[in-house]
Amino acid sequence: MTPPPAISLRGVRKSFDSGKTFAVDDVSLDIAPGEFLAIIGGSGSGKTTTLRMINRLIEPDAGEVLIEGESVAALPGHALRRRMGYVIQGVGLFPHLTIAENIAITPKLLDWPRQKIDARVNALLDLVELPAAEYAQRMPAALSGGQRQRIGVARALAAKPHIVLMDEPFGALDPLTRDTLTEAYRKLHDQLGVTSVMITHDVQEALLMADRLAVMADGKLLALGTPQELAQSGLDARVRALLDMPRRQARRVRDRLADANG
Amino acid sequence: MDDRLTAAWSRLPDYLSQHVILSACALLLGLAISLPLAITAQRNAVIRWPVLTVASVIQTIPSLALLALFYPLLLALSAATSGFGLQFSALGFLPSLLALTLYSMLPIIRNTVAGLSGVDADVLEAARGVGMTPNQRLAQVELPLAAPVIMAGVRTAAVWTIGTATLSTPVGQTSLGNYIFTGLQTENWVFVLFGCGAAATLALIVDQLLGLIESGVAQRNRRRVLIGVAALAVGVAAAIAPSFVSARATYSIGAKGFTEQYILAYLVRDELEEHGLVGRRRAGLGSGVVFRALAASEIDVYVDYSGTIWSTQMGRTDQPGREQILSEMTTWLHEEHGIVALGSLGFENAYALAMRRARAEELGVRSISDLVRVAPQLRIGGDFEFFGRPEWAALSDAYRLRFANQREYQSTFMYRAVADGAVDVISAFSSDGRIAALDLVILEDDRGAIPPYDAVLLVSPARANDETFLAALRPLVNAIPVEAMREASLLVDREENKRSVREAARFLAEETGLD
Repeated sequence: MTPPPAISLRGVRKSFDSGKTFAVDDVSLDIAPGEFLAIIGGSGSGKTTTLRMINRLIEPDAGEVLIEGESVAALPGHALRRRMGYVIQGVGLFPHLTIAENIAITPKLLDWPRQKIDARVNALLDLVELPAAEYAQRMPAALSGGQRQRIGVARALAAKPHIVLMDEPFGALDPLTRDTLTEAYRKLHDQLGVTSVMITHDVQEALLMADRLAVMADGKLLALGTPQELAQSGLDARVRALLDMPRRQARRVRDRLADANG
Repeated sequence: MDDRLTAAWSRLPDYLSQHVILSACALLLGLAISLPLAITAQRNAVIRWPVLTVASVIQTIPSLALLALFYPLLLALSAATSGFGLQFSALGFLPSLLALTLYSMLPIIRNTVAGLSGVDADVLEAARGVGMTPNQRLAQVELPLAAPVIMAGVRTAAVWTIGTATLSTPVGQTSLGNYIFTGLQTENWVFVLFGCGAAATLALIVDQLLGLIESGVAQRNRRRVLIGVAALAVGVAAAIAPSFVSARATYSIGAKGFTEQYILAYLVRDELEEHGLVGRRRAGLGSGVVFRALAASEIDVYVDYSGTIWSTQMGRTDQPGREQILSEMTTWLHEEHGIVALGSLGFENAYALAMRRARAEELGVRSISDLVRVAPQLRIGGDFEFFGRPEWAALSDAYRLRFANQREYQSTFMYRAVADGAVDVISAFSSDGRIAALDLVILEDDRGAIPPYDAVLLVSPARANDETFLAALRPLVNAIPVEAMREASLLVDREENKRSVREAARFLAEETGLD
């Protein structure tokens, strides 16, 4: 018997103006355990609303969200969210707590014993390559942007979730830091065997990191598949334009560099 | 050391203690109400505007008026609930506490709303994302992050409360304001300065300690917070200790806010002491407040004047003569309120119109009838009560008196005004020592428009059958001639070689052979 999908969306809809327009309009998709899905699309495409319905920060108007075969409505929202990691672009570290206390927040809410929490915090700091001895007792304000997002990821992973949701997690970082972090996160994803859903508007990042891509526009799911599948299928022009972009850009960069050399 | 300074120091433990208890209770109650209110208001835009507006409007009510409003309100409430066996004192602590609590709310509410609204949106999103319930978000994230701003509001509220608490004296609550009100009435500027200085010092110390806590909260420095809290707690405990150590007062002696009343309150207290009873003075009460307080047995005894009861309480405008007024008043007090009028002290303190002798002679004025002719060119000054009292209505009707100008003064300044020529005529008190001292003449009431004002000793319904108490008071009846009263008042009111109220009371006791 195959295990149920890690996350399953069934005909999910959401309107913020009492049904005149739909921010998310009849989206259905299954995400397998251990899969890395990237949701791409422009502003207002409904990707953030879709993500926030998975951990019930937003309640859908219609349809159903299942986690490992169980409806998310079975648990109170806060209890559901303690079982999932959540990473946002602004990071949102608690400025009045130390790095260690920030990472420990969800285990503490779950009443883990203290020793177990301490061990987990140290392990996570190692995992995100910020040595505990140096960083555990610092305040968030004393860290660089990249270091803060590493802590954001560590906090999301603290209570050993099976699922990690990320909303443009690396969007605010400089390109080099971003490159390092995306690679580091993909490694963590494989190492821990979690299921990850990441929103990005950077197609190249999505192509480099994800197992499958979901393309959204105007609240609808336009396409869903691996990079190869999407490239091969005769698709909607918008999807093709989006997927072609990294290649076009790479070509232009090469041409310009060649001009400069010649 | 100056006698007045010694006297001021000797009262500090009592006044400071009462002041601190009142301010601390008001601030804690204010916090307990304002914090939940502000948190709810911050979350709910519908109630935010009304809450902030009401708090702002309360702030615009003059603080003395707010204090004064609570007395009749509580009295009515107390009367309404007494049927259900629930009775409380409408005088003193309770009205002061409620008014100060309301007063402390605006800065706390405003800063709490601002502090909570200032919490970063990403941090709030993260707090939801990690799985906090709304209450956990509030307790673990929002309140700690808003705490420095909230503390700044608490600090403002504390300074306001301590300053405003000085105004609770006229509603019968002892505070550092007793120095200021007594000092103002008896022209004891040492007292006024001492009271201001004490209140300001207290406010500064509390402000500094709360500032320490505030900076500790802002820098997340637990030690600073603990030191601040501990110092505050020790300070409050030390300040309020005298209230618990000192003997419990048995009898409460009321007094209105002028020199004669202050002296008589001391005299009554000394007289009770000689009979082995403990009395506690509640001086400086408004004249309406003091009567109702007696009727409600919140004070046990005070001195009022037959004419005042006659016109203000009984609403009578006729003039059947001194003896008739005394006996009708005694019956009325007993039947309407259960108050015992023990008897006249032996002197009269009537409302009277007075002028400087030189000015009166210049204008050829000896009686009020003479005054009518020149009144349209003259200015009249009265104390805060006079022009609102039925006696003034009766007087101005009987003589058809019309002045060019009428002004109200605190009574000390009213005497100054007539002496300086700022006004020509004042509403003097016939037993006031300043009449002789300032060379004023009293204009004869030739049509008998003003009733007699015999000073009478009134005892509350609750003490009507307390024979020990009544026996201790009886020696005062008919014991004080008006000359002795005038002389005693002048000791306090004069400019040179001023004496304290207590000394004046002792002098009066010696003069009249009461000691």
